[in-house]
Amino acid sequence: MSTATRSNPWGRLALYLVLGLFCIYYLTPLYVMLINSFKPLGEITSGGMVALPQDWTSEPWQKAWSEAQVGVEATGLRPYFINSFLMVIPAVAITTILGALNGYVLTKWSFRGSTLIFGFILFGCFIPFQVVLIPMARTLGLLGLAGSVPGLVFVHVVYGISFSTLYFRNYYTSFPTELVRAAQIDGAGFFTIFWRIMLPSSGPIAVVCVIWLFTNIWNDFLFGASFSDFDSQPMTVALNNLVQSSTGVKEYNVHFAGAIIAALPTLLVYVVAGRFFVRGLMSGSVKG
Amino acid sequence: MSFLDIENATKSYGAARVLNETNISVEEGEFLVLVGPSGCGKSTLLNMIAGLETVTSGEIRIRGKRMNEVKPAERNIAMVFQSYALYPNMTVRGNISFGMEMQGVPKPEREKKIAEVADLLQIKPFLDRKPGQLSGGQRQRVAMGRALTRDPDLFLFDEPLSNLDAKLRVDMRTEIKKLHQKLGTTIVYVTHDQIEALTLSTRIAVMFGGDVQQLGTPDEIYNNPVNMFVAGFMGSPSMNLLAATLRQGADGMEVELARPDASKVRLPFSAATTQADLSDMDGREVVFGIRPEALTDSEGATPASQAIHYADILVDVVEPAGSDTFVTVTLGGKDAIGRLRANAKAVAGKTFTFAFDMEKAMLFDPETQQRIA
Repeated sequence: MSTATRSNPWGRLALYLVLGLFCIYYLTPLYVMLINSFKPLGEITSGGMVALPQDWTSEPWQKAWSEAQVGVEATGLRPYFINSFLMVIPAVAITTILGALNGYVLTKWSFRGSTLIFGFILFGCFIPFQVVLIPMARTLGLLGLAGSVPGLVFVHVVYGISFSTLYFRNYYTSFPTELVRAAQIDGAGFFTIFWRIMLPSSGPIAVVCVIWLFTNIWNDFLFGASFSDFDSQPMTVALNNLVQSSTGVKEYNVHFAGAIIAALPTLLVYVVAGRFFVRGLMSGSVKG
Repeated sequence: MSFLDIENATKSYGAARVLNETNISVEEGEFLVLVGPSGCGKSTLLNMIAGLETVTSGEIRIRGKRMNEVKPAERNIAMVFQSYALYPNMTVRGNISFGMEMQGVPKPEREKKIAEVADLLQIKPFLDRKPGQLSGGQRQRVAMGRALTRDPDLFLFDEPLSNLDAKLRVDMRTEIKKLHQKLGTTIVYVTHDQIEALTLSTRIAVMFGGDVQQLGTPDEIYNNPVNMFVAGFMGSPSMNLLAATLRQGADGMEVELARPDASKVRLPFSAATTQADLSDMDGREVVFGIRPEALTDSEGATPASQAIHYADILVDVVEPAGSDTFVTVTLGGKDAIGRLRANAKAVAGKTFTFAFDMEKAMLFDPETQQRIA
């Protein structure tokens, strides 16, 4: 085998050129969104989509955030942004904890038929959203949660449990059972072992689970559109309403700003926790 | 009533029985080793004592109290696991104090106890490290430290040394023995390593196929095995078990072994060798058992023995091992290993005069595998 070879500088250059081109290609939409969200509407309609703004303004952002006509009132996206957080935070937290608990029971306290039950839970990953719309609407009605944020949390928890259980079960399978036994001899009970031993060692998989759930629930439109009321609509539905509103002129700059606001939280979660994401997905595959 | 009583205990998983009726009594301060190949039921029995596995039938008592339904934490036992089972998210200090915390021991007392144990096991410098930052031997010490804080009635060790490298294993073995001598706590120790069993224990239970084959002191197990399994399992290199025939000789019975060239070796097996009455067994097929150290050169043979007998046998292989020389010969159709002094003059391909210490020889029934004499 040859040792480290000095590569051809022209080859290097070509490589970077191609990579650079692809970067531009992928970043163009974001660029267009960003610059247009800082332009007055006139500059867009006069045909300069790609040009930098001549007259920088943050007005579209303000408008999208707090003044635009989204529902009946001109509230901007702010209340819906808050709705989304009120929905996504409890939904992610509950789903992750329940998934971890399920995984813990299925691997460390397995009982007769536990594999079958796991199979059924997995089945939930493959049910298309559309199938459950009507039964879920009925269920939410019976529970008195229809058209409310807790109702949306409930729907997302039900849908998310399959995935979070799958993640945690597979992670805990390789978690040494001797640790649980040692803790039992030390006198720790079922929940103490869970809180003190299992959960603190679940960092990587918890991050994977949180990113997955956060992105899915935040970006969900179907459930949001189906099960919410005017005052409980999540961000995605509000954004749609903003863009689709038929009164007056289409304010593209405001739409762009709104879309970026809607995408920011998932982007932020990924940037903050992303490095754990790959690590979590890979954990167990390599010794260490 | 003893300190720990195992009475007719069995374990089944569905229809599969992994442990047959087992009866063992352990006195306070004893060091009992359960030894056997993997799958013999030794770890299952240990887990049953710990309460990590249920007892299918029979009873386990500690200090005369029935333990079958008692939770592991309430049996006043401590266990050291093969993988050490240290909590990866806690520091060494956290690991050691976790059990006491669960038992509701107040903080100052916990600190005192941790300091005590850290002193005893010399783990003070890494009390604030995580287990991941420790070497195998250090983790082993922490695992023992965690067990020690409980002042348990009973220590359970589940193959604690098998993850360590050879040198460290010998060191830790000595430390465990020292610890036992210092503390005097009753210990039940599981291993598949017969050397560990012989060196550590006050008594050994040799297990195979879900049964205790023999329960006795190391000396009894080594020198008086009850069957071929125990004889072959304990000792390294293991005992030579050779096909032989009993013959009526001039002065009592003799053991006849075939050399590779079909000539026979005859060794007296008489009153000096055994109390068993073999008088009507002329012509019977037996298995002749002799340990390598009882098949040696004339100078190597123990002078105390009343029954040294000599025979010339062709040497197949000579393996000098420093302190001893191991020699392989073919006898009774199988390889037999003899342990000679380092400077013995055995040469491969030539005959050599071997000294058989017949006081140490045994006979087994080839059918039942049980000891005859």
